[in-house]
Amino acid sequence: MATQTAALSRPIAPASAGVLLPAFTLWWREIVRFYRQKSRVVGVLASPLVFWVVIGSGFGTSFRSGGGQGQQNYLDYFYPGALIMIVLFTSIFTMMSVIEDRKEGFLLSVLVAPVPRSAIVLGKVLGGTTLSAIQGMIFLVFAPFAGVHLNLAQVLLVAVVVFLISFALTALGFAIAWPMDSTQAFHGIINLFLIPLWLLSGAMFPISRASGWIRALMYMNPLTYGVEALRALLYPGMDTTFPLPSAMATLLLFSLVMFGLAFLMANRRTTRPAA
Amino acid sequence: MAAKVSAFTDTVSEVASSSAAAVISVQNLVHRYENRTALNGVSFDVRPAELFGLLGPNGSGKTTLFRILSTLMIPSAGRAIIMGCDAAQEPARLRRQIGVVFQAQSVDLKLTAYENLWHQGHLYGLRGAALKRRIHEILSRVGLADRARELVETFSGGMQRRIELAKGLLHHPGVLLLDEPTTGLDPGARRDLWQYLQMLRDEEHVSVLVTTHLMEEAERCDRLAIMNEGNLVALGTPAELKSEIGGDVVLFEAAKDAGLLAEHIRSRFHVDTTVLENQVRIEHEGAHRFVTEVVEAFPGEIEALSISKPALEDVFIRRTGHKFWSEKDDAEEAQSASKGHRR
Repeated sequence: MATQTAALSRPIAPASAGVLLPAFTLWWREIVRFYRQKSRVVGVLASPLVFWVVIGSGFGTSFRSGGGQGQQNYLDYFYPGALIMIVLFTSIFTMMSVIEDRKEGFLLSVLVAPVPRSAIVLGKVLGGTTLSAIQGMIFLVFAPFAGVHLNLAQVLLVAVVVFLISFALTALGFAIAWPMDSTQAFHGIINLFLIPLWLLSGAMFPISRASGWIRALMYMNPLTYGVEALRALLYPGMDTTFPLPSAMATLLLFSLVMFGLAFLMANRRTTRPAA
Repeated sequence: MAAKVSAFTDTVSEVASSSAAAVISVQNLVHRYENRTALNGVSFDVRPAELFGLLGPNGSGKTTLFRILSTLMIPSAGRAIIMGCDAAQEPARLRRQIGVVFQAQSVDLKLTAYENLWHQGHLYGLRGAALKRRIHEILSRVGLADRARELVETFSGGMQRRIELAKGLLHHPGVLLLDEPTTGLDPGARRDLWQYLQMLRDEEHVSVLVTTHLMEEAERCDRLAIMNEGNLVALGTPAELKSEIGGDVVLFEAAKDAGLLAEHIRSRFHVDTTVLENQVRIEHEGAHRFVTEVVEAFPGEIEALSISKPALEDVFIRRTGHKFWSEKDDAEEAQSASKGHRR
């Protein structure tokens, strides 16, 4: 329809925006905003490297002695947990952008658009997921130094696990960030349970060595299943507490529950200001 | 929130063509925050292709009303209907029909003008070549076609406002809602914006509802609703509203006690007086003769005086008994600002 005048172009009044187009556009905006801020790019690319160099050289001399026949040295044991840690922090902290979007007013213009809230959650969460999954996969480059040599199938499975963990944690970050109006408050809440979540995931010490209530907490911690799944994939010979399929199924469930939680938070319409 | 959009196009043309129907209908709207009532039963209609102003000091409830109309908040009671859609019941359908420009900026500074509109278009279901064409069309409409590929953070305040406006208009809404759109703009940019709103009304028959606390902006509206403390205190064209004031407006500045002066004038001349801080305000025909009599009658009690044609502020004073801007309002504004309405 050739539209010469403004009045004539009126008929392109929008059809249904659906879920995917708005979700795509919000996802793409996250990516563009990310690579426009060069310091963020440097941070994401360099932090796995720095992390591994420091941890690796530190542990390398202190703990390497322990590795006997059929037994991992501690650095190898620690590798999946380190990967999870990187993914955990990036996932949750990318969702600070929810608070920034609210402050900068961008979120308001999305909220008054005919976009289902599920599309907003999906776009934002996938944006954060992409960034943290990329970071997690970059960390995989160091796998050979942890005594791991992966074939393509393994890499793909690791990618699936990293994606699921990233997605679930980003959705959790979204749910926490949504009602908040300051990034300081967000930091406070995150610090309260992010570190315990990681410590009790089997990243530092195996479930089998944990006692009583700590073990119960570890069983309840969804992150445990991420660490277990990675460990099962990276060190197929070693015995893990959970078999790979059940660990991955649990991760999938965790992702869905977290997405549901984020959706519930975003879908509230209230009589209070600008919710 | 399932988007029920099937009969949307029909509804729009139906409503738009029946010119008698109200485009926006606000019916006995009440809104209470935890400890105060922001809207206390407000009703008015906005007609098709009308530039409708919502005038009121800060804290008068106009921002609350704006939030309800733009589906960001559900009212405590009453209804707000835009083009046949209830703001509380059918937000998804309503959002499709309105363009919203907020007082705070909503453009993404890290993106270019084109990218901002590209994302905005996707949120409204526009895509591909049609979207691209529309973006160029709207950018040239707001005079920024040559800046399309530049980051918005490099733009001046006035240019960023024009991008806001372009965002609000991209999907051809029949109704445009603007909340204090000229905040932070210099006089030239202000005038441009208002000319553009008038052009929208005249050429594209868009119904525009705009909130403002500026009298000179309110003068430019076709019709006005004046709000005070959650109530609608006046409704009509600026000319109608001003014509209700009999004659000229006289202000006497009292040398000592304004209350006493008012009492003296009242008992001597049998006129209505309003005391505003240290001033006595009187509406009177043939004011020049009247003031001479008053000044001669009470030597030494009057410090200064002024005579003026009625303005919208006089309508506000007449209806509320106090000035549009008072120290009390400013204090309330500071208070509500510190409470921080989340955005």
